[in-house]
Parts: sequence; structure tokens; C-alpha cells
Amino acid sequence: MSPPPPVAGVLADHLRRRRDDGAKLLVPYVTAGMQDDWLTVAEAVAASGADALEVGLPFSDPMIDGPVIQAASLRALQRGTTPRRVLADLALADLGVPIVVMTYYNLILRMGHRRMASLLAESGVTGAIVPDLPLEEVGPWATAADEAGVATVMLVAPSTGSERMGRIIERSRGFVYGIGRMGVTGERAAVAASAALVAGAAKARTDLPVCVGIGVSTPEQAAEVCRVADGVIVGSALVRRLLDGAGPDGAAAFTASLRRGIDGG
Amino acid sequence: MGDPGPTGRFGEFGGRFVPESLVAACEELEHAFRQAWADPSFHHAFEALLASYGGRPTPVTECTRLSEELGVRLLLKREDLAHTGSHKLNNVIGQAMVAQRMGKRRLIAETGAGQHGVATATAAALFGMECVVYMGALDTERQALNVFRMELLGAEVRAVHSGARTLKDAVNEAMREWVATVGDTHYCLGSVMGPHPYPWMVRELQRIVGDEARVQCRSILDGSDPDLVVACVGGGSNAAGTFAGFADATASQLVGVEAYGGAALTVGVPGVLHGMRSALLQDEAGQIREAESISAGLDYPGIGPEHAHLAAIGRARYVTAGDAEVLDAFQRLSRAEGIIPALESAHAIAWVLAQAGKEIPDGSTVLVTLSGRGDKDVAQVRDLLGARAGTGERV
Repeated sequence: MSPPPPVAGVLADHLRRRRDDGAKLLVPYVTAGMQDDWLTVAEAVAASGADALEVGLPFSDPMIDGPVIQAASLRALQRGTTPRRVLADLALADLGVPIVVMTYYNLILRMGHRRMASLLAESGVTGAIVPDLPLEEVGPWATAADEAGVATVMLVAPSTGSERMGRIIERSRGFVYGIGRMGVTGERAAVAASAALVAGAAKARTDLPVCVGIGVSTPEQAAEVCRVADGVIVGSALVRRLLDGAGPDGAAAFTASLRRGIDGG
Repeated sequence: MGDPGPTGRFGEFGGRFVPESLVAACEELEHAFRQAWADPSFHHAFEALLASYGGRPTPVTECTRLSEELGVRLLLKREDLAHTGSHKLNNVIGQAMVAQRMGKRRLIAETGAGQHGVATATAAALFGMECVVYMGALDTERQALNVFRMELLGAEVRAVHSGARTLKDAVNEAMREWVATVGDTHYCLGSVMGPHPYPWMVRELQRIVGDEARVQCRSILDGSDPDLVVACVGGGSNAAGTFAGFADATASQLVGVEAYGGAALTVGVPGVLHGMRSALLQDEAGQIREAESISAGLDYPGIGPEHAHLAAIGRARYVTAGDAEVLDAFQRLSRAEGIIPALESAHAIAWVLAQAGKEIPDGSTVLVTLSGRGDKDVAQVRDLLGARAGTGERV
């Protein structure tokens, strides 16, 4: 097992500081390139109470994503979105919060581990979530990302056994992503009982912030999850509003409502 | 073609690139299969069922008329004669038995041409399990009769409308469903693809094709092995099962025939899709390209990782056949031998027809695995042949 990185990292430092100040963490997700003004949307979301922003680099075959993110990804690809283009845009943007990209491994493999890692770092991206890289396969990428100063955020699931969870968390940088329910991304009527369980199990093993995503859709659900977790990741509920035409103002309003929810307001 | 070990690697290919939510399920399956495959009573029950229910062993038929025309000695391993009409039954019977050992009550599957879906629905009926089959919406149109067959067998068929609405998208959707239902559901993957242990497990469950054929060929060829062993490749399960019987035990040349529009090994580059590292059709950014073939079963932008490895080490080679020559082969085998092949299998025939006397020297002995029968394709071929069909005019 590789030792912790020499520098704790921008992402972990920022989120930990916020948490230790007593805040719950809000990490909204936007699919890059899904519409012309996606960067304006990202800025509006970032300015409306987000502690970090997750930006999806769209992939043709998003295995862990439900219909909403699939539709946004397809739309982005049809608009000609490429990883290089998105990262060039992000390099010029100033969102004021750390950016974490979420993408699938083939886009990294195609560009090359080191080239992708350094391009992310040069674009100001602080972390990466690659859901189809489980612990056994993450090595080559995580090494390259560590070297470039990009945090590889690892995921733990309700099905993850205790001993394995310890090893995954040891390999995680930035924060730990708790998969809140067994299923793909998407809005749900209620939070699964597994969300609190996975958050509690992860928190018992690490000082890294633990944020829970997948199936967290409303301010009330976000608040519920944050009773145990350090924070929440909200993707499909925001992206669905964008697909429905919400625009930057609507995205900002929804983000602010999530903020109020987890602040207990 | 051995055990890829706990990491599921065939050289640089294979692996287990799945979300954390599926890792435990893949490990559980690997463990269950390793136990079953090491258990003589499992083998006994598996082979007994394939005999009494599946109609095994399937024969090897010598194509006398075509052989004479081509100047090579052409033998067919007749998987078209297996129950449900293709080699697919071997794999699903084995996986359903493993699923039972794991205490799962439900099977889900993806299907392209419908053969694997029909086979899975059949196994589910036989074992009294629930069954849901994901099928690209384009394929539910191309293979409407197979949809009805699956429904007759008690399965629910869910049309997949994402992406190109073909096999790749059906796999995506089956994997998504599996994440949510993994507690009581086994994902019965239909080919030598996907995350470890599937490529290895499916090859082992299909190796009965090659093991039978090797013995049968030696009997027909006075103790010799065929010079060439040829099979069509989409994901590559019939080819992997066939090659498994010859790769280590003989010096036969192994040839996999891909669809021209889905030639992952011929024109693809290494990448990761559907849980495996293998050769994939993709663009310069890494987005997966759609395959295009008249054969729904070969309409897949990837290939099983062990095939990528066999190509890399030179033990097998991979070639292509185009739609037009496949249609021609479909008709020629029907006329000359009274055997209507599946469009998938017709790719392997097409390559032999094209290369006899060229890459295949005169007098060679050639075994082709006829992976399935063409009944499912008759309506589509009639449409493709268009006005010429049904007029009495020679098509």
C-alpha cells in the first residue's frame, strides 16, 4: 500500500477545514458540455453554497449512471464535447471552489495516465472520481494522479466489506465517496438506509471527509444524509433541472435550497 | 488457454473494471465458479444436463459438396443442432447451475441477436427462475420472433433505447440493473467478455464445443487435427470455446472472423469497457464507436479479452467478413449442404469461401464452428435480398 501523499492536498485541506468549522459539505455535480452555458451554470452553482464542484467528463457508456446523467452525457457528446475542450474551459474559469472531475477510465487510458493527470492539474482540477477503477485496478492511474497532485477520490459501497473498506479508504485522497445505495445515479423518493450505514462505517475509519452520493435528490434528503455523513453529492436532481431548461438561475436556486437543507435552515 | 488467476488477466487484457458496488458480486461469483468447476459432481451434472436436455454432443458434419467446390476439406461443428439453436445453451446452463449454488433466484441477461436471451430464458424456465432480458430496441425490431420466443419461455424482455440501441447498450443496461439487484440476481453474461471471472468462466463453460470437436475431428481425419479451426467472433464465446479445445492440444491454426463493421481486433485499440480491458472500437478521445453489422450478434464494438491476448501472442489470428459476402455464404451453405447458418456463423463460412485456395491452401482440412442456426435470420435475409426473394428468381 502506498504511503499517504507528502502534501495532504488542496481538496482534502479545503473540505476538512470547512467540516472542522462545523459546516456540512455540499458537492453538486454538472455534466460538462451538456449545454452552451454549462460554465455559467457551474459558476452559478459554485457561488450558491457549494463547497466543491463535481464536473462530469462525458463518456459514451456511463455504466454507473442512470437515465438523467446518460441523457446529459449524450447531449454533451452530440455537442462535440471532448475532455481537452472541457479542461481548457476549466483552466480559464474561476469557480472559487475546488473542482473534482468524474469520468470513466477509458478516457484516461486513451489520453494516457500521466498526460491526463498533468492536464487536470494544469487546468486547476484538484481531484478525480473514476468509478470503474476499483481498488485492484486503480494503481497506475492513482500513482500518476498522486505525482501530479490530483486527488483520486475512492468509492465505498454498501456491499464493501469491513477489511476492504479500510484498504480503499487508505488509498483515497481528497475525500471518501460513499455510495448511498446499491444502484445507479438517479433521483429517488427516499434515502436508502444503506446511506447512513456506509457513511458511518467510513467515518469510523478516517479523518478524511466522507460525502455520500447516488440517490440524494432533495434538500430534506441531503439533510438526512448529513446527520451521519460529512456531506452530500447531488447530481441527477440538478442535471434533470438543467435538462428541463432551468438554466444558471434555476441551478443556483436549487443549489441554494440544498445548502439551506443541510444547514438546517 | 489457462486460468487467468485472481486478477483475471490474459496478458495485458482482462481485469475487473467495475464500480465498487459490483466488486463483491464478482468476487462471490468467482468463488462460486471456482468451487463448482473443481467439483466433479458439478461437471457430472452439467454434462448430463447438456446431454439429456441440450442434445450434446453435437456432431461434426463433413460438407462434401462444398469441399469439392472449394478444394479444401470442410468440417462443421454443428452447434446449430443444440437445443435453442446455438452454442449459447452451454454457457447459460452452467451459469444457472452456479447461480443456484449461490442461492440466486433471478437471472438477467443481455442479448444481441436474441440467441443468448432465448438460451437464458430457457435455462430460467428449466430451473424455475425469474428472467429479465435486456435487448437493444433496434435488435428487438430485427429479431422480433426471438422476443416472442423469450416471452413464451416466461422471460420479460426490456427494450433498451439508449445509445445505438444494440448489444453494447443492452450490456450497459444489464450491468446497471445488476448493481441494483445483486442480492438475489445473477447476471448471466452471454459471452467471454465483461469483468473477471466472466471471460474465463464462459470460455470454460463453452470449451465442451472444442473438446468434443477435437476428438470428433481426429476420428474423421484418421487421427489428425484440422489444419485450420475457424469461428466467428463478436464477444467471442463460440470461438473461445472452440479454440480452448485446440490451442494447447494441437498445432491447428486458429482463425477468428469478425464482422467488418465490428472488427475490434482488426481496427480497434486497447481500452476499457464493460468491466474489461480489451481491443475496442473508439475515437481519439476514448468514446466508444458503434459497431455496424447485419448480424445483431456481432454488432459489438469490443471483443473478449482472451482473444486480444491470443492475437497479441500470435496463437490465433483475426480476420473480417463483410455483409455482402456473409449474405452470399448464408445462401451458399443453405443450397450446397442443406444447412441454413446463423448470420453470425455465416461470417466464418464467408471467410473460408473467400480464402479457399488463397490463404487456405488447396487440400487443407478446415473445421468451422457453426455456432447457430439461421431460422432467426430468415425474415431479415428475405428483406435484405429484397425484390429477388420469393419471385422464383434465383436469389
